[in-house]
Amino acid sequence: MKKILEVTGLSKIYGNGCPLCIEATGPERDTNLCPHCGSVVAAHDVDLELGEGEILGIMGESGSGKSTLVKLLYFDETPTGGRAVFFEDGQEHDLFALNAARQRRMRNQRFGMVYQNPHLGLNFNISAGGNIAERLLMTDMDHYGDIRGRARELLARTEVMLERMDESPRKFSGGMQQRVQIAKALATHPPLLFLDEVTTGLDLSVQACILDLILEIQQELRTAMIVVTHDLGVIRLLAGRTIVMKYGRIIETGLTDQILEDPQHAYTQRLVASSL
Amino acid sequence: MNPNYELCTDEVAYNFGFLDEYAKREVRRAILKAICIPGYQTPYASREMPMGRGFGTGGLQLTLSLIGPRETLKVIDQGADDSVNAVNLRQFIELTCPGVTTTENTRAATLIQSRHRIPEQELTEDQILVLQVPYPDPLVIVEPSERKRKVMHGEGDYSRLLTKLYEDIVRFDEITIAHRYPTRIASHYVIDPSPIPRFDVPKLHRSPTLILFGAGRERKIYAVPPYTEAVPLAFVDVPFRIESFIDEHGVRRPCARCGATGSYLDECFDAAGAKAYQCSDSDWCNEQLHSRTEGASS
Repeated sequence: MKKILEVTGLSKIYGNGCPLCIEATGPERDTNLCPHCGSVVAAHDVDLELGEGEILGIMGESGSGKSTLVKLLYFDETPTGGRAVFFEDGQEHDLFALNAARQRRMRNQRFGMVYQNPHLGLNFNISAGGNIAERLLMTDMDHYGDIRGRARELLARTEVMLERMDESPRKFSGGMQQRVQIAKALATHPPLLFLDEVTTGLDLSVQACILDLILEIQQELRTAMIVVTHDLGVIRLLAGRTIVMKYGRIIETGLTDQILEDPQHAYTQRLVASSL
Repeated sequence: MNPNYELCTDEVAYNFGFLDEYAKREVRRAILKAICIPGYQTPYASREMPMGRGFGTGGLQLTLSLIGPRETLKVIDQGADDSVNAVNLRQFIELTCPGVTTTENTRAATLIQSRHRIPEQELTEDQILVLQVPYPDPLVIVEPSERKRKVMHGEGDYSRLLTKLYEDIVRFDEITIAHRYPTRIASHYVIDPSPIPRFDVPKLHRSPTLILFGAGRERKIYAVPPYTEAVPLAFVDVPFRIESFIDEHGVRRPCARCGATGSYLDECFDAAGAKAYQCSDSDWCNEQLHSRTEGASS
């Protein structure tokens, strides 16, 4: 499998940080808050690899640093240290070494993000179609008819009623808002998609539909995805490989089946046991 | 202006042009920078002027730092030389700049300060046009934080402004921005060309005249240097249009006073209370009327 993303030693510390931060935090210390300087070690020394068309699950409790990780990769936050390389057409892009304009291009055209809260991913002051148009206008599209056609196509693909395309997503149900977000994320055919707790807070039947949609898209477009969730069901259904995080560190990594059937780390064992 | 109030003419009191020389120098530096980076909003230290912010203090400071005793000045407000804003500014400049000639004739002026219009008469390389600006940043409608707007300008990220145009077409089948039409200068920065109507926007494109924009309250100066590209934002298949002034019979309305059919018209009411359309540029209207009556008498 061809690699699309390689992350090495990625760290994020909120606060000033001190030399003792790393030593004093982590799963062994049972905290991510440094007792010496009060900084929060949200992620430390995270290594991961992602292949083309692969779905990688990131699992962990609240505050384990899983959302921080995708925010770093999507340039929502700047990392304290580490490297992330994005591979495309034989080229290597060192993500955090790119200048601001190229990072924005990367974010707008090569990546897609679906947030748990649609407020973060969508602009509620414009129509659903407008939200998709905005992303298309970030590329060099300047033909109104083409933009509208593409928006219609995407919304049809994600099963949003086309009659409601010109309404604000504010008037939509939670499941529909998530569908619009997915359509928006897919607008530029990105090879890499980040999904941050996409089904949390939706009712079970809607959850199933959204997960089906994600799987279909992955099979159709061969989009690589990083799926962040604390729901073992989502991990089981979507992810081929899974990473388990706690207090900003990776504590276990491997094939999803292996992790769910034969967890090695005590925390993972507890997590799997509690869901059954 | 209070006719009983005499401005102190003592040489230690008020300098020529009201602003002191250091203030003028600072404004001129900002102007030079603005010309060097077409469309970039250059910050400057907007001074307190003896009139409220919003009455053209930005344009006035530009005019006062550019004007010299040999200059001929024209001040326009909404196309007219005799409306309140124009009269007040002209009187103030006459008072503080002894030796400066003022005129209503567009051709005769070397420096023109204007509010909301660009004159109909084609301007030349020897003239400078100063426009008064209330809101210098076109992105203010889509992004409230100035810090973020600066980054967006720097990276040329105008997708949210274009989304606004998209939304307009979806809802009204056309772009509904009537004035302050966002215009891209020299293929990078998008400016708010001050509240000129759409009709005047094409006049910015490759204009032989230096066009300066001054915002007093927002403390910004920007410029469209001579012969610079100025392209209004639009889509390939929904192009930019100017006001057509076509009446219900499909005929271009003429000016009710001078009969011109190529000028920007104001809608007003005649003595009988009926709607009438008249040139907004009073100097242009007078000139057209004059040449017509002269043509008729000879």
